[in-house]
Amino acid sequence: MTLISVLQAANATAALPSTANMPSTNDLLIDLLVFIMATFLGVGLIRGVTRLLHTPLMALTNAISSVSMIAALIVMSESSNTTILILTTVGVALASTNVISGFLLVERINRLFRKKPAPKKEGQAK
Amino acid sequence: MSAINANELLAMYILAVVLFILALRFMSDIKSSKYGNWSASLGMLVAVVATLLAYTIHQTDYLVGALAVGLILGTPIALRVPTTALPQRTAMSQAFGSLAVALVGVAEYHVDLPHVPAFTMAVLATEMTLGFLTFAGSCIAFGKLQELIPGRPFVYPGKNFVSLAILAVAIAAAVYLVAFPTQGIALYVLAAFALIFGFLLVMGIGGADMPTVIAILNSYTGMSAAALGFVLNNKILIVAGSLDGSSGFVLAVIMSQAMNRSFTNVLFGGVGAKKVEKGAGPTGAKEARPVQSYSPEDVATILENATKVVIVPGYGMAVAQAQHTVKELSDILQEKGVDVKFGIHPVAGRMPGHMNVLLAEAQVPYEQLWEMERINPEFPNTDVVIVVGANDVTNPAARTRPESPLYGMPIMNVDKARTVIFVKRSMNPGFSGADNELFYLPNTWMVFGDAKKVLSDLVADLKAD
Repeated sequence: MTLISVLQAANATAALPSTANMPSTNDLLIDLLVFIMATFLGVGLIRGVTRLLHTPLMALTNAISSVSMIAALIVMSESSNTTILILTTVGVALASTNVISGFLLVERINRLFRKKPAPKKEGQAK
Repeated sequence: MSAINANELLAMYILAVVLFILALRFMSDIKSSKYGNWSASLGMLVAVVATLLAYTIHQTDYLVGALAVGLILGTPIALRVPTTALPQRTAMSQAFGSLAVALVGVAEYHVDLPHVPAFTMAVLATEMTLGFLTFAGSCIAFGKLQELIPGRPFVYPGKNFVSLAILAVAIAAAVYLVAFPTQGIALYVLAAFALIFGFLLVMGIGGADMPTVIAILNSYTGMSAAALGFVLNNKILIVAGSLDGSSGFVLAVIMSQAMNRSFTNVLFGGVGAKKVEKGAGPTGAKEARPVQSYSPEDVATILENATKVVIVPGYGMAVAQAQHTVKELSDILQEKGVDVKFGIHPVAGRMPGHMNVLLAEAQVPYEQLWEMERINPEFPNTDVVIVVGANDVTNPAARTRPESPLYGMPIMNVDKARTVIFVKRSMNPGFSGADNELFYLPNTWMVFGDAKKVLSDLVADLKAD
């Protein structure tokens, strides 16, 4: 039994009649709490990033947002028909492209910033 | 059978979250930025491995195939893309990311059928709408940045009304799906109208506003990933998605502030739509006002006698691939004992921080790159400012003319310098469509021609002396 089905079973038993259509109230509220705190944390963190690095920052957050790959993997593990399997396979392919190109690109840009200028050639100026 | 239990999974996710947060923290300083990438990559590895251990995927062939595609596509994209094309590559990766979340949303909908709880359906519908509109918008942004489609905003009477009506249809389809989840047709309506809305939204935005657009789309991709986290009850999706969402949002705010415009104005304003007809080059300038046109040799003479020079680069430098020539110029001036700085406007280029990367590639030390707020007080004591491929961000009308579309935008006060050298292809106005007052000032020297050509002539003249 996969984790998600365990959780769904738990939700189903814990749900009150008035919230029968929702995940159990606790889970939803905790998710909301996590969401709100992560958003505020993100705003604070990004405000602190030097403007110099905004381009690699975008490449980095792009790669991080490709955690949607995890969503694709989870749904893939539940796939019961071809439609789901194909959709999630494409999802994994797209997201992993982003993850790989994102991190490699940030590394490349970071190296540009770290590269020491070539030693100046003497004797060219008058 | 899972290799790890729910608590072990959560523990690994917590580790991954800590690594992501540290990664963003490391980006606050250039010295620690390399750890930022390692930390984030490690976090992603931990998260993916944990997921694969906890959720058994039986279709191993599909999984390996998908990962192989990612590796084969991702590696060349990262290693081959020229730094001048980074904005396009960002738009493309956002298109990939948003399509991935949208498709996973559709897949999850099929998993849950036929009994989709209303809450799940509402979140999924929101997530798919965001995902599809971001996908279409990112494709158009890519097309505009790659110059496959005209950068000019596509406007027509009632544009905003039509766009909002289309969005309303998508939302109506979403509401209908929540009420009747088995009506799959509504899903197609939602997807189609979200795609059209995203298409029209970005078609209506000018090339110069792309830094803001890219940042907003970045935010949407993150938000839809977070929404998937709610549906799958997965905390790491929520955290990483909202970190990305807030990152895009903050960058968009910074970009709009740097242009003294609101979000809504960027998204729906269509600035630059009244762009002046195609310019006629240096000889056929429509303005009756005279400009002073000089040759690179004249400029070499004045630079010989300068002690303080500031170079102000813009998107034109990227287009002309002139960053290495700019560095050569800076080197030869420094050898002659001239103090050379670079003044970087926050919206110079086509994505946040673009100029810094280009100049870093040309090995300009980052200590030489000065932000607008720091460089502006320096201009009155500067002998010569060289503007390479920037335009609107130097227009003094932003300070003086309330009727100008640029009025109120913080600009580089280059006009306060003793002499301004303006390297430009023609008398065409910038993306705002506003004529640049700077061209007609007595202390402005216009040098017409391709930025790279003009600057290499200038370097040659300086070397010859």
